[in-house]
Amino acid sequence: MDLLIVVQLLDSMLRLSAPLLFACLAGLYSERAGIFDIGLEGKMLASAFFSAAFAASTGSVWIGMCAGLTASVLLALVHGVASITFRGNQLISGVAINFLASGLTALVGQNWFKLGGRTPSLAGDARFLPVELPFASAVADVPVLGPIYSELLSGHTVLVYVGLLAVPATWWILFRTRFGLRLRAVGENPEAVDTGGISVARLRYQATLICGLLCGLGGAYLATGMAAGFIKDMTAGKGFMALAALIFAKWRPGYALYACLLFGLLEAIAIRYQSIEIQGVGTVPVQFMQALPYILTIIILAGFVGKAIPPRAGGEPYVKEL
Amino acid sequence: MTRIGAMLAVGVSALLLVATSVLAEPAIIYDIGGKFDKSFNESAYTGAESWKAKTGSEYREIEIQSEAQREQAIRRLASGGSNPIVMTGFSFQSILSAVAPDFPDTKFTIIDSVVDQPNVRSVVFSEHEGSYLVGVIAGLTTKSNIVGFVGGMDVPLIRRFACGYVQGVKDVNADAQIIQQMTGNDPSAWNDPVKGSEITKSQIASGADIVYHAAGGTGVGVLQAAHDAGILGIGVDSNQNHLHPGSVLTSMIKRVSVAVEDAFSGGADAPAGVYVLGVAEDGVGYSMDEHNAPLISEEVMMAVEARRDAIIDGSLSVHNYTTDDSCPAS
Repeated sequence: MDLLIVVQLLDSMLRLSAPLLFACLAGLYSERAGIFDIGLEGKMLASAFFSAAFAASTGSVWIGMCAGLTASVLLALVHGVASITFRGNQLISGVAINFLASGLTALVGQNWFKLGGRTPSLAGDARFLPVELPFASAVADVPVLGPIYSELLSGHTVLVYVGLLAVPATWWILFRTRFGLRLRAVGENPEAVDTGGISVARLRYQATLICGLLCGLGGAYLATGMAAGFIKDMTAGKGFMALAALIFAKWRPGYALYACLLFGLLEAIAIRYQSIEIQGVGTVPVQFMQALPYILTIIILAGFVGKAIPPRAGGEPYVKEL
Repeated sequence: MTRIGAMLAVGVSALLLVATSVLAEPAIIYDIGGKFDKSFNESAYTGAESWKAKTGSEYREIEIQSEAQREQAIRRLASGGSNPIVMTGFSFQSILSAVAPDFPDTKFTIIDSVVDQPNVRSVVFSEHEGSYLVGVIAGLTTKSNIVGFVGGMDVPLIRRFACGYVQGVKDVNADAQIIQQMTGNDPSAWNDPVKGSEITKSQIASGADIVYHAAGGTGVGVLQAAHDAGILGIGVDSNQNHLHPGSVLTSMIKRVSVAVEDAFSGGADAPAGVYVLGVAEDGVGYSMDEHNAPLISEEVMMAVEARRDAIIDGSLSVHNYTTDDSCPAS
């Protein structure tokens, strides 16, 4: 296996892990504030649809992205109202959002475009195109570092870089700002926050909105960066994989990046190496390679993560004592 | 009075009987992937629409969403009086074999598979021949001597496409290397453009400069990735040259539309049995139009036409993967 193949694999890993990363960070904000959110999938899907639909009709990917973010934030608000204001069951609200998004996008898509729930293919400015980092072509011939810079780091869409930068930003917000401290406290011990004279509901709404924005970015990336248009149910369980990654990452931004990159890498390997010849053993069947990411997820989750402790007040609606 | 009533009743029911047999609408069931997959199912849809435009009659249709709906869809249409009922895709084979005997008066047509029942008309295509022809075009056009193939679900039918393609490439360009990959092992592999484009990118990274897909809706991603990277894609089933003009070398056309239209026009009296549509019957072929004309040179054109004629007159035979589950070329 030479360097170029490794670089190509890692390149593919970055592309594939970006949507997971957005969803995982979205879940991180929400769950750190004590709101379980299994509606990540639905929010991404809604954003994917509306960003592709508006990008297709206006020809501008930025308008599309705004529409996608709006859709995702609206769904996040629904989740917030149900679980914060009305103190409903957060899991049920999340499931409802997933169903709603899955049905609504197909129905509205069929009604608008008459293409069986898909949007027209996007071209030109209606998509996020790869960004060449400065000097990428100039240093491409430099041994080792050249291909790493020009192949691996350069040539992704702008949202991939946004996703990567969101990781340190999240760490800084959560662990170095007053807002972050309060956000974490509200997920561990809302009574203490309330006693301190800070509104629990307000903080939780803020976390939910950030969650909506990040899911929106993930969805927009899927439909307008990675693919060129929306297709029915295109998130294909990525929201749930992000939740697994979140547990795996023990609700920490840095580990979340590693977890998402690992999932991305496993998927990239499964796509690229459909059958590997191992001497003495024979050919490893395709089916095994495709199941490998899931098998490894179970092994890692069961054996290597250790104890993952969720935020203590997670999933519990906060009721002020009377 | 009662006698008149009885006569009336008989008359009305006779009328009703006539009415139902006249009104028996044909129906079509699309496979997972949907009728707008720009490929296989869409070709079937085109056929149904063309029949509707010619006859002015209506037809019923169902797009199934999950495996469980296959049987429900067939039974619902058959008990609702639709006749004939066409279904697109080999995945209906085992279910139709079980359901067809329950509706002996309904005529079924299955495309891409064979069901041995007295009321089933099975239409299969010689995809290996069509794939061979596009393989010849790819083998003569490639500059890097590496070409790719992206299949949908890993089933013998798709291996037949791959095998024909490989034979075509190797016959005209013995040094060429062919990268073959499948999208997955379940029907969702027909509708996963993101994965399709990722596989294509990996083939491009390995040096492929022409990628042929036989992957239904997944192929939308394959052709997109090929277009983005500035290499050539090859479409399948429908003529896909217009999707990215100048980036689609040609399309392996499989005239599912003709099969559907024939089945609809034949009505309930169309003979059952197995129909094989190959190059000779013009059931499969390659597409040429204004979008890909600049991509295919005169010599390539002559070479592929010569092989087409050879297949028709029997002097050239392309190996069919499904006859022995193996491919002589790789």
